[in-house]
Amino acid sequence: MIDKKWIGHELPASVLPIERSRLQFFAKAIGETDPVYTDVAAARDAGYPDLPAPPTFLFAAELDSGASEQLLADLQIPIAKLLHGEQGFSFHVAACAGDTVTVRSTISDIYDKKNGALEFVVKTARATNQHGELVAELRTVIVCRH
Amino acid sequence: MNPPTFDSVQVGDALPPLQPPPVDRTTLALFAGASGDHNPIHIDIDVARRAGMPDVFAQGMLGMAWLGRLLTAWAPQSRLRRFDARFQGITHLGNAMRCSGTVVEKLEQAGERCVRIELLSANQFGQTKIVGEALVALP
Repeated sequence: MIDKKWIGHELPASVLPIERSRLQFFAKAIGETDPVYTDVAAARDAGYPDLPAPPTFLFAAELDSGASEQLLADLQIPIAKLLHGEQGFSFHVAACAGDTVTVRSTISDIYDKKNGALEFVVKTARATNQHGELVAELRTVIVCRH
Repeated sequence: MNPPTFDSVQVGDALPPLQPPPVDRTTLALFAGASGDHNPIHIDIDVARRAGMPDVFAQGMLGMAWLGRLLTAWAPQSRLRRFDARFQGITHLGNAMRCSGTVVEKLEQAGERCVRIELLSANQFGQTKIVGEALVALP
């Protein structure tokens, strides 16, 4: 069982500098062909200062930093038992290439179902930019199946 | 296609569906690199088999990113207020996903006129892999 003492645990801040080349790679990986996501001129025509990060991109912050991996180690969840249960985003201001986004997560809940056969960890995060503005809120539910 | 407006959109309207190519290993490898999700279970068949899986399988966030493409192809991303997904099944190699969205409600939220959209990602066998919901503010 995952120790419920981790409820309230704050993960170390993850700092993600948003780079054009990474966004272009991400667009390629998801098959995005809208030039707003790959061509700076098209992004500016659409009203963005630079290439916008697609809606789900900020999930990368805690993967790049290693915070996600450290959390799994702390909670003793092996990757063979790991599933992504839910993911949510609330959006406030756009994150674009040139911005630096900082994601700070807290473990907000841990619970189980089916007499412990499935354990759930809920992580909520705030993503802010270099101006201190709230960019997005993220909610992740990870599942450990036994 | 003109961008949708609050008045032009009706409950029951379907967003133009998105049908990415069937999931293959190259896509999973590229997404691992681009997304930062280096979990080898999605890219290394040996790791997947040791975990009891028949083969590698898609990252959940790849399927969610495709639903994101569905939304931003319909309305500019700057209008997207909320985007939630529940992963209901594993997306396997060869799965050809159909991503769809339906307007289910018109509402006002935080002083903005919005539509609530139900999202679905299902494979060619009709098996649901992701259900989701989005809130989009419309002019």
